[in-house]
Amino acid sequence: MYKIAVIGDYDSIYGFATLGLDICPVRTGEEIRETFLKAAAEGYGIIYITEAAAAQIEAEIEEYRERTLPAVIRIPGVSGNTGSGVEGVKKTVEQAVGSDILFGGVS
Amino acid sequence: MAAKHVNPTRMELTRLKKKRTTAVRGHKLLKDKRDELMRQYLDLVRENMNLRKKVEAGIRSANRNFVLARAGMSEAVLNTALMAPKQEVQLEVEEKNVMSVEIPAFEYKTRTADENDIYSYGFAFTSGDLDGAVKSLADILPDMIRLAECEKACQLMAAEIERTRRRVNALEHVIIPETEESIRYISMKLDENERSTQIRLMKVKDMMLEDAHHYREK
Repeated sequence: MYKIAVIGDYDSIYGFATLGLDICPVRTGEEIRETFLKAAAEGYGIIYITEAAAAQIEAEIEEYRERTLPAVIRIPGVSGNTGSGVEGVKKTVEQAVGSDILFGGVS
Repeated sequence: MAAKHVNPTRMELTRLKKKRTTAVRGHKLLKDKRDELMRQYLDLVRENMNLRKKVEAGIRSANRNFVLARAGMSEAVLNTALMAPKQEVQLEVEEKNVMSVEIPAFEYKTRTADENDIYSYGFAFTSGDLDGAVKSLADILPDMIRLAECEKACQLMAAEIERTRRRVNALEHVIIPETEESIRYISMKLDENERSTQIRLMKVKDMMLEDAHHYREK
């Protein structure tokens, strides 16, 4: 049985608590890293992380990219959408196909 | 000549021929695997992109609702309202095998079956906006789970496709040509040996005839 974690700044994620997801409010880069690694090791199935927080720990997220679990998913925070989530999808296309032939024209 | 040194023997030739057969067969299989992976991946990644756009739009509007809800209430009231969540989500993970890629399939269960059990507060002291905000977030949760499943599958498959493509290319452009070159080298060497043996025998025969009969074959 797995749980779902949401990592990000408090303002962006407090709503998810009502749905029954575990929220981990973080502020500094070091906090983000620690919380993320702990969550990944503790057997969360899905970790939603705000794009702003994810931008600070790219290397750690990259490590979990090719493991079956956990799924690390970027979500936009309250301060807006940086587009790094969509960027991530394009990156997988690039990895698989060689160049982004699907969404190249669509921003 | 072959790039690396090979012994021009019959045994080596048999070994190399076997190796070539395996390589050609492996190459064909891997190519099929790559094509099928790619076909499935393209469907999946399109769905992934659509889901992502939907979820991002959903979260954005939910966030807007939350900001509105916060504006109408004091911080303390809001924090108290959300302090003790009523609902709990549990995730069942099954592993699905798609073309030898293990991809997770998520299924989630809420602690209580009632989907209206998301409001962890009495309605007396909170604004109606908060109810709407919580509801809007709850509505996109199924899509978020699906997005997680889809995006993870895409990442895993992309990695597998890349690996498979490398293998296909390595077989096609390195292993198979190299083996074929070696096979050609050995068979030419063996032919050459055979010819020289034959010539030597003919010469010997000539010499023996000459000795026995003083007879010269022209």
